Amino acid sequence: MTLLAVEDLHAHYGRGPVLRGVTLDVDVAGVSVVLGANGAGKTTLLRAVCGMVARAGTILFNGARIDRLATERIACLGVAHVPEGRGTFANLTTEENLRLGACARRGPSDRRAIGAVFERVYRIFPRLAERRRQLAGTLSGGEQQMLALGRGLMSSPKLMLLDEPSFGLAPRVVEELYGILRDINAAEGVGLLLVEQNAAVALDLADRVYLFETGRVIMTGPPDDLRGDSSLRRAYLGY
Amino acid sequence: MEGLLHQVLSGLANGAVYASLALALVTVYRVTRFVNFAQGEIALCSTYAAWAMIDAGASYWVAFAVTVVASFALGIVIERVVIRPASRAPALSVVIVFIGLMVALNSVTGWIFGYETRSFPSPFPAEPPFGNRYIGSHELGVVGVTLAMLGLLYAFFRFTTLGLVLRAVADNAESSRLVGIRVERMLALGWGLAAAIGAVAGVMIAPVVFLDPSMMSGVMLYAFAAALLGGIDSPGGAVVGGFVVGVLENVMGAYVIGTELKLTVALAVIVGVLAIRPTGLFGHPSAARV
Repeated sequence: MTLLAVEDLHAHYGRGPVLRGVTLDVDVAGVSVVLGANGAGKTTLLRAVCGMVARAGTILFNGARIDRLATERIACLGVAHVPEGRGTFANLTTEENLRLGACARRGPSDRRAIGAVFERVYRIFPRLAERRRQLAGTLSGGEQQMLALGRGLMSSPKLMLLDEPSFGLAPRVVEELYGILRDINAAEGVGLLLVEQNAAVALDLADRVYLFETGRVIMTGPPDDLRGDSSLRRAYLGY
Repeated sequence: MEGLLHQVLSGLANGAVYASLALALVTVYRVTRFVNFAQGEIALCSTYAAWAMIDAGASYWVAFAVTVVASFALGIVIERVVIRPASRAPALSVVIVFIGLMVALNSVTGWIFGYETRSFPSPFPAEPPFGNRYIGSHELGVVGVTLAMLGLLYAFFRFTTLGLVLRAVADNAESSRLVGIRVERMLALGWGLAAAIGAVAGVMIAPVVFLDPSMMSGVMLYAFAAALLGGIDSPGGAVVGGFVVGVLENVMGAYVIGTELKLTVALAVIVGVLAIRPTGLFGHPSAARV
């Protein structure tokens, strides 16, 4: 079953096109990974799905079109975007950042439901519980990435869009983070659309890979296809 | 010494009004990154509305409450109708829109109510409280009303979900959309709040400066000075700045430069802050890609 279906998506910033007819799927509880060089349009893809840039094409989420909806409406349907640079509310506390994540919750959002989801997020990220009264801008990079993930989880999403979650983090922190992503995906069935430079770590999680080049998908398939093709492997995995 | 104490205390009363208006400026600035040059004239409309109701026989506090609520609505309408269509325009165009709005509101008020100076009632007794010689009842009342309003605002921003959402929009509008916040609504709410705060300030200062269509021009200069001194993005700073400017104005006027030149204190503060510490006392430096 398809959770997110993107078809012939075009997007542009002012001068030139950035996406030129991208077609891509994320299965229910699936993990699709987008790889590509800087400037290939990976970030723009995530922004276009969320309506943060002008876009044309068809985007179906859970079978309903979302390509004409505003960003905040898409968020409330169960799409949590963890943006490039993490999008932290720097002058608010960790706990306030998480509470804001619950704004987009579907279904029950009374005190008890919110309390339960808080507890869950703090169980997944005990470090955030320790820092709950601290201003988010003063957290370390790894903690801010956890906060961004936690904020996304507060809305109990069906799909998370993750823009280079490993960026700027120490290898050990990346490992920890990807362990958590794996759990979120496996235990809660949250679909992931993952954009990464760090291909090796992302491929372990993927069930489908898309290679981007200048705004187009140049190859798609299961991760083993990429690993099996020596020229692609050298270009994207570096071995 | 007694004279100085009196000047300081009555400076605090004026300062409370400057603090309120500076807070209104900061509220709009934080959610929209625009300095609302028309803030004073919006408060002017509110003050005239209150006067019209009192003149028609309404009791003071009923008129006060209705004015605050109506001003809140007026702020939302202005944001929707005038500001939002212009908000994507270059910054200078937006400034022109604000100035146009300021002139228009001023002229409409003068056209409806006339340009003569009127007195405005104070809800507080004429005799000084407890027979003291330092501070009048109205002055003390202004400080009390302002502090109560500030307390309410603080509680709203600090302890309610809506207040948290407004702070989130001020902090990061894009991330706010990503968590499902309808940012445009919050901008309108910010405008409404600012207009309501301005209404309180206008009604409180009117008995002091008297009611006429140019009453807010001087008051707003002090408020701008207060907002800049505190840091244009800092609500707490706006309040501190307001009281500092109020006291400074009075003391300088009484002992140094004379009452005729008091307004230059505001200009000196504005120029001084911009030259020495552009972020103000409590503001954050900002950077923009140009």
